[in-house]
Amino acid sequence: MNNKRQYEVVFIVDPKADDEVSKLSESFAQIVTDQGGTVTRNEVMGKRQLAYEILHHKDGTFVLLEIEGSGREIAELERRMRVNDRVLRYITVRVDEDRRRAEKLKERRARKAAKRPSHGAPGRRGPAVEFAEAAGE
Amino acid sequence: MSTNYEDRPRGGGGGGYDSDDDQDRRPMGGRGGGRRMHRRRVCRFCIDKVDLIDFKDVRLLMNYLPERGKILPRRISGNCATHQRMLAEAIKRARNIALLPYTTD
Repeated sequence: MNNKRQYEVVFIVDPKADDEVSKLSESFAQIVTDQGGTVTRNEVMGKRQLAYEILHHKDGTFVLLEIEGSGREIAELERRMRVNDRVLRYITVRVDEDRRRAEKLKERRARKAAKRPSHGAPGRRGPAVEFAEAAGE
Repeated sequence: MSTNYEDRPRGGGGGGYDSDDDQDRRPMGGRGGGRRMHRRRVCRFCIDKVDLIDFKDVRLLMNYLPERGKILPRRISGNCATHQRMLAEAIKRARNIALLPYTTD
């Protein structure tokens, strides 16, 4: 398993620091690349009302990072985010395993769909049925 | 997580959970009669062939969060076990980053 891991990191930035958001996400991306990871997606999801108050903030700016790497850069990134008081909250989700699984299911479904018309759709005839018929005659 | 939904009357228990998109499963609705009514249990995710439930998809997750903010049990939504598990996981993640509420009162 030397595959690179994929992560989704979402973090919430204090809306008062809205003009810094792109700068902040850039610097986080820089941290990741410094640690040997790659940022595949860096996207500001926009300002949103929070479902509950975090540190007396009612809304925040959501930023999404998609990262590929070994996991070491995540540790560093999380440490930086924890220290930074502009970041209200962050969450890291490892997605490669789930995505691989989804891919597999999709593939299997495609294979099944391709197989179906030629094989056993109307009136399933197993070997047992054929045997019984042959015995009856 | 232990969420005790069993203490509510099993019969029309789904009445309060009416969301707009599941009328095809529950044509009668309401809590008349008091008897458990027949309801087609279908997993919407299986029909739509969903393999991944994204925790950022608030619009979707909201359908499975009734007014109180609790996760809709699959007894009522009719989800299959696999998808309910994925859904619950996604909702919990969304709660963590304040996309969805833990509770509403």
